[in-house]
Amino acid sequence: MTLLEAVDVTVRFGGVTAVGAASLEAAAGHVTGLIGPNGAGKTTLFNVITGLQRPTRGTIRLAGEDITGRATHERARRGIARTFQRLEAFGSLTVRENVLVAAEIHRRHALRRSRRQQAPARVADRLIERVGLDAYAGRPADTVPTGIARLLELARALALDPRLLLLDEPSSGLSTAETESFGDLLRELAGEGRAVLIVEHDMDLIMRVCDRVNVLNFGAVIASGTPAEVRADAAVQQAYLGAGA
Amino acid sequence: MSGFIAFTVLGLVTGAGYAVAASGLVLTYSTSRVFNVAHGAIGMVMAFLCWELTVQRGLPAWLAVLLVVGVAAPLLGALAERVMMRHLAGAPEGTTLVVTVGLLIMLIGAAQAVWPATARPVEPFFGQRGFRIGTAFVTYHDLVMVAAALVVAAGLYGLLTRTRIGAAMRASVDNRDLLRLYGARTSLVSALSWAIGAALAALAGILLTPVVGLSYFDLALLVISAYAAAVVGRLRSLPLTFVGALLLGLAQSYAVGYLPPTEALSGLRAAIPALFLFAALLLSPQATLRVGQIKGVAGVPVPTTRRALVAGAVLVGAAAAASFALPAAQNDQLALGFVYGIVMLSLVPLTGYGGFVSLTQLTFVGIGAVTVARLGTASPLGLLAAAAVAALVGALVALPALRLRGLYLALSTLAFGLLMDKLVFQSSLAFGFNGSLSVPRLAGLRGERAYLLVCAAAFVVVGLGVLALRRSRYGRILLAMRDSPAGCATLGLNMRWTRVRLFALSAGIAGFAGGLLGGLRQTVAATDFQLMGSLPLLLLAVVAGVTSVSGAALGGMALMLLPVLASAFPALGGLVYLCVGVASVGLGRDPNGVVSHLFKLGRWRERDRWRPAGLAPALRGAGVHR
Repeated sequence: MTLLEAVDVTVRFGGVTAVGAASLEAAAGHVTGLIGPNGAGKTTLFNVITGLQRPTRGTIRLAGEDITGRATHERARRGIARTFQRLEAFGSLTVRENVLVAAEIHRRHALRRSRRQQAPARVADRLIERVGLDAYAGRPADTVPTGIARLLELARALALDPRLLLLDEPSSGLSTAETESFGDLLRELAGEGRAVLIVEHDMDLIMRVCDRVNVLNFGAVIASGTPAEVRADAAVQQAYLGAGA
Repeated sequence: MSGFIAFTVLGLVTGAGYAVAASGLVLTYSTSRVFNVAHGAIGMVMAFLCWELTVQRGLPAWLAVLLVVGVAAPLLGALAERVMMRHLAGAPEGTTLVVTVGLLIMLIGAAQAVWPATARPVEPFFGQRGFRIGTAFVTYHDLVMVAAALVVAAGLYGLLTRTRIGAAMRASVDNRDLLRLYGARTSLVSALSWAIGAALAALAGILLTPVVGLSYFDLALLVISAYAAAVVGRLRSLPLTFVGALLLGLAQSYAVGYLPPTEALSGLRAAIPALFLFAALLLSPQATLRVGQIKGVAGVPVPTTRRALVAGAVLVGAAAAASFALPAAQNDQLALGFVYGIVMLSLVPLTGYGGFVSLTQLTFVGIGAVTVARLGTASPLGLLAAAAVAALVGALVALPALRLRGLYLALSTLAFGLLMDKLVFQSSLAFGFNGSLSVPRLAGLRGERAYLLVCAAAFVVVGLGVLALRRSRYGRILLAMRDSPAGCATLGLNMRWTRVRLFALSAGIAGFAGGLLGGLRQTVAATDFQLMGSLPLLLLAVVAGVTSVSGAALGGMALMLLPVLASAFPALGGLVYLCVGVASVGLGRDPNGVVSHLFKLGRWRERDRWRPAGLAPALRGAGVHR
């Protein structure tokens, strides 16, 4: 079932078109990949979906509801959560407090709640354990390595129990073994019925976990399909490897 | 009709003066990202210097103006940029604001030390000579002001569009880092913009002196008029800033001309920039959230509840012991220190945790004092009413700037303080024109000793409350909001209401302190709560440590001692201001303040616990025996 629809999204910064009439969908229970060279507009598209960037044109729908005019916090309350490529962890709180504050905000403000809601402290502890942050729980977030901070942002996003999870280059900073178990975690999250939309440069990870992949180049979606289809697409190969490949 | 033309001419002329000031403000802000609260104070010092050169040293006016605007002011601007501002690149807005407030106070202190207070009438250029346009009389001085604005407009346009360095300045408005990558010397760009900004401040100060008067404070507060005009241009567009300045000049002129000249409205002229500013803020478009900014400010460790309780008991005990050792008058002084400590506590959640700056905290103290005085009650409920009224007003101040960034909020408090000074505190609603109010003491406590203990206990209770807040859900949200507004929004937090509540809370604590202060002084007047007193208060709070309760205690005592020092060494005069300014410029970068250095030893121990878990076994393997 399609949960997120981004239709004809265009973003212009002055004369530069960062995203040009891009459309994509993310379905509940699926991991959807969004790949493309640097500067293709992937993060800008994420910002439009979460409401941090107002699109010049286009519509964002969540479960059929038009949320284009909604503020960022209103979208979060409807079940959209994200992580950031350039980290936005709360540096003066501990790792655990980062997740706790998210759970507390969710408990108070969410429009959509699960049937039996746990106390924020329990939610935080459970998520810290789930993403494997136990060893770092008591450390201030601005003292942990980048990979750990990315996992922290994932745990923080999960504290909202989101329907749609947007992950912006989550695996950079993780070791090979960590990336492996991270991939399993992504499949698990999709298995819980969430729509996962992931921007990633690690092609092995994308090919392994994604149900569908969209390729963005110069702000436009140039291909979409299953990982195998996208890999075989001539336009994609050209975008990635340059002309004559 | 003839009146209308005269008021229009007057408004346009004043507006031209504001335009000169505002364009300098916009130039420095947009190229260096530091909002210079001391902009008006630079103009003030330079106006005094110009007076010194012409009246005292007998230089011809044109030469004095040339020396001041062309040499002294640019040097001062470039010096300020080099010594203070360069190290602030990328610092949080709150920090840069505090440092420029320090510069403001420093300049006022310096001016008071060099030119002691006395009446200094200032003649306009060319005296009262002028000519008529229809029925309106225009002095040559007016003409010079309009000409200056036109020259500044043309000069800035030429500089920004026709020269290489001007192009670099425009580019640095958009992206400083990118500009550096292209090899532009951003430090030169920044120094030049500060030099030009200071020159424009000086020019505006000199031109407006016949209108405003050669006064330390009124000239320094020109920054509010300049800011009000600049808000129309959203702090970046120079043409819109000029439009804003002319509109402000006209609004002020018409208000003076057509509103009834009652005593209550006597401060209106000075209050118009503040009202204009609030209107402009309400019409400003919503700010967008920035993503990818610096995060994390290491705070001082939060004590456990037990340790805080013990420390509080020790403090009250010490106050009790001191109350027996000290004579009655000094008991009152000590009580004043505790009351100021509570005012400093009101800044801990706002500035220390939330990262917002209030430039007019004494105004809320005044609102609390007025409330208790007007109620005339000695019941503790009076204090709660004081807190409630101040909190309500605090929420109202935060509202116009809600959709905007923290910088606008801080500067709105400046305008609000001015508004209260000139209009509300002088009205019959509050103290009355040059009046004072008597305040009953809490529960009829007569003895100084008893009241000292009440104040000490109140400080401890509020301090414990602030610590409890820090440990609560709300405290976590405040720190999170300071570190990453974008992160908070994506978690579903509506930051507008969190900000209003924070502002109301802070104002409420200050109002509570105001109720206590009223009872302590027993007679209060508008002069006790002026905007200009709030600035040293903020600076001392930051220097002492605005992130901790101990810092608030230290800051409160220091603020109480300042006037004591000043009266003990009258020769120092403005030097006390000067010292506070210098200290805050030096220490303003670390909001944890002096107090955190006292905690340093303890913090080293804590840091050991945060060593990554993986390291411990390795150390053991390396032969560390237990």
